Amino acid sequence: MSPKTLYDKIWDAHVAHESEDGTCLLYIDRHLVHEVTSPQAFEGLRMAGRKVRAPEKTIAVPDHNVPTTLERLEGIIENEEGRIQVEALDKNAKEFGLHYYAMNDVRQGIVHIVGPEQGWTLPGMTVVCGDSHTATHGAFGALAHGIGTSEVEHVLATQTLIQKKSKNMKVEITGKLNPGVTAKDITMAVIGETGTAGGTGYVIEYCGEAIRDLSMEGRMTVCNMAIEGGARAGLIAPDETTYEYVKGRPHAPKGAEWEAAETWWKTLYTDEGAAWDKVVTLKGEEIEPVVTWGTSPEDVLPISAKVPAPSDFEGGKVDAAARALDYMGLEPGTPLNEIKIDAVFVGSCTNGRIEDFREVAKILEGKKVADGVRMMIVPGSGLVRAQAEEEGLSAIFEAAGAEWRLPGCSMCLAMNPDQLAEHERCASTSNRNFEGRQGYKGRTHLVSPGMAAAAAITGHLTDVRELM
Amino acid sequence: MEKFEKVSGIAAPMPLVNIDTDMIIPKVFLKTIKRSGLGVNLFDEMRFERDGSEKPDFVLNQTQYRDASIIVAGDNFGCGSSREHAPWALADFGIKVIVSTSFADIFFNNCFKNGILPIVLPQDQVEVIMKDAEKGSNARIEVDLESQSLTTSDGTSFAFEVDEFKKHCLMNGLDDIGLTMEKASSIDTFEAKSSGERPWV
Repeated sequence: MSPKTLYDKIWDAHVAHESEDGTCLLYIDRHLVHEVTSPQAFEGLRMAGRKVRAPEKTIAVPDHNVPTTLERLEGIIENEEGRIQVEALDKNAKEFGLHYYAMNDVRQGIVHIVGPEQGWTLPGMTVVCGDSHTATHGAFGALAHGIGTSEVEHVLATQTLIQKKSKNMKVEITGKLNPGVTAKDITMAVIGETGTAGGTGYVIEYCGEAIRDLSMEGRMTVCNMAIEGGARAGLIAPDETTYEYVKGRPHAPKGAEWEAAETWWKTLYTDEGAAWDKVVTLKGEEIEPVVTWGTSPEDVLPISAKVPAPSDFEGGKVDAAARALDYMGLEPGTPLNEIKIDAVFVGSCTNGRIEDFREVAKILEGKKVADGVRMMIVPGSGLVRAQAEEEGLSAIFEAAGAEWRLPGCSMCLAMNPDQLAEHERCASTSNRNFEGRQGYKGRTHLVSPGMAAAAAITGHLTDVRELM
Repeated sequence: MEKFEKVSGIAAPMPLVNIDTDMIIPKVFLKTIKRSGLGVNLFDEMRFERDGSEKPDFVLNQTQYRDASIIVAGDNFGCGSSREHAPWALADFGIKVIVSTSFADIFFNNCFKNGILPIVLPQDQVEVIMKDAEKGSNARIEVDLESQSLTTSDGTSFAFEVDEFKKHCLMNGLDDIGLTMEKASSIDTFEAKSSGERPWV
């Protein structure tokens, strides 16, 4: 048998039907659902008189619209349209018999944090969700990607997706990371290298010593942004770190099933000699803490650099850079670490897990958020929130003058009231710095949690290593 | 879904690279529970001031491009979120074809589910079509899906690739789910086999 990549193996294990032209029906093991991209899909099922084929493999949780302030504990969502979407999910989950974590369930949170936390996401699975950051689950060696609402309806009805296979891309991070450099810096540095279309048509497997050394949470951060590099999915082969994370979670296999599962999971790696269609290699020790300066996730530079000029680019990127600099209100040549900020956001499916909050607390402890800066810290789930409170992290945040909130997507995409005002500038641990992403005319600089905390203290973008 | 055959229409030039789904349809319009009616908010922040007045410089606000049914775009059109609201808004506005050097994966798939044909062509050919689009309403571009060709207003033709299955569905306005349900026995067989092999799933 010819050597296979990890992606080849998971793909082959899920093809339910293959047509002559190579179009496949890929069987889906886990379907995650949230309130924004699903109402039209459920409506479509109802209109056609169809059922959900595998409700036991379908998990729903509201996250995009939910308020993160305390009034939500009384069930209040002031925005009417947002409330209607959350209510529609409540109703659909009940009507179709899905696993459901309601807004005020302590297990509620961002769908990509809840899935792994509850043990729904396991190695070797196919996982989809009507959300591009489904790539997150690839950290477990699961083939996970975002789909549109028509495909959500297709999966609900048939538990399959119509797919053609993508190409294989290897992203290797060799060596060790320097102190202060995190999984977020890795994934952003990769996009800086490949561009936002560099992964288009590929499934990425991240490998190398620096990836192996990451915790599961760090691996989730890396895979989360595979989509920002254009890839269909990002994968990391499962290993002891993975098994240790999964074991004992509510929906993880137990007893003899665990033994059987682990035996299969141990076959999930890329064989020696497997063919890659594209290879990118970065040296871990050369990665610095990075920050975005523009309005595309590929606009990445080390914090020690200066704001570039449009003339530093070629082709269509010249105009795009000029537009981005105008939007961001930045002058070429300005040192990045002199850019003053108004707001800091810590949270999202990229960086809303307990280790992220520990990093922030380490930097913030005994310090104050700079005058004129507001800092919003939003846990990725109710369980993350509870743990952060138990560990005393939230007390550190509040003593520093930051707001500690209830879980949800929050200011990552600002569908709820958590938004930037016009021209407000934010150091954000989220994943997209698009125009208007965090609020109309808001300005986003993507950073790691430690970098966000450092910026909160100094009031400007800062190299976190200066505060360590 | 309506059948897609030939499109003959005005093409709006949008040379900006990395036009993302937040630009195509900002999140404030994702709170709907319907698929229809999003065309008025297409490219909302690029197209309108906050008070709702039009930004005169934006291409779709210019007289000659108001009825455009084709967009010629810079690289990596549709990057970002999986929101199908983006193709819903484009389709509702009347866009039937988008030409670029590359599209983001999820957006590309979403287009076909909504009667929109995304056409990928090499840089030099997109530049020729972009120039033609810049001529405004006198330049009608023709797209024939059956023969997989795009013809500019001066008669220059370019052949494009399209996946056979996607072409078939688009041309016949077919519902994917119905087609897949015809293969239900394959899914049943797969499910039975895999639940034996991987009972923990």
